[in-house]
Amino acid sequence: MAKLTIGCFSSLVGSMSLDFAVKLAETAVEKGHEVDFWMSGNATMLSKKGQKSFKDYSYLDKRIRAAMDKGMNMCACEACAEARGYHKEDTFDHPKFIRKSMDWYLASCHTADRVLHIGGE
Amino acid sequence: MAKTTKMAFLVQRAGYKCENPKLALTHAISSQSVEIYLEDGDSVVPVVAFVGEGVLNCKNNQKAMEVYGITSTENHLQNSLLCDLKVLVCKEDLARFGLTESDMPDASAMGADTSIQVVPWETIHAELKGADHLLFF
Repeated sequence: MAKLTIGCFSSLVGSMSLDFAVKLAETAVEKGHEVDFWMSGNATMLSKKGQKSFKDYSYLDKRIRAAMDKGMNMCACEACAEARGYHKEDTFDHPKFIRKSMDWYLASCHTADRVLHIGGE
Repeated sequence: MAKTTKMAFLVQRAGYKCENPKLALTHAISSQSVEIYLEDGDSVVPVVAFVGEGVLNCKNNQKAMEVYGITSTENHLQNSLLCDLKVLVCKEDLARFGLTESDMPDASAMGADTSIQVVPWETIHAELKGADHLLFF
């Protein structure tokens, strides 16, 4: 099994890149790979807790939590989140979720077999 | 055995209506502090390359602070140079937009030892081929 680092900086609204990144991440986790998931910029929106499911709206909260339950590490850029008003108390309360600075992402890339940086389109 | 990971940050978008170029530069700059997470002797070496419309980020005399009250991409480029990051700009794409090497941001007055390198696409391509990971912004 390999280690996959996925980075994403597209928002949860107005782009399907984050949905794609999550789908890829959960598929990799299901296959038994180690996955680190990094969010910066607008993608930190995904770390907001209290997301609700509405028909035809993107709803990734439950899937992300399931992936973390299976071992996925999820990290949001702390500065990007704070700048958007997503403070620690507003974000996921899960042992596999952390908030760090960008060097965490580079360190994850350093030990990854593959890096997929999604959202630059 | 110490391991070095080379990461190429490829900026191909102009800095309008997106923060991609700044995210590329700040991520690359964070290589300066990544050692706290790594094994002794390991390192991450970034190279930042501007191609296509991305070269439009590399214009000097930006007034982002005066007009919008935000740090300009030029300032981020200068910070990159102060950190001795390798910053490449595609010569052919630059010419396509009527820009020259004299338009490039510079940080020598701030004490930087390095400057932006305007190079042919072939050189950038060689850098990308030599990188362990490519990150497109």
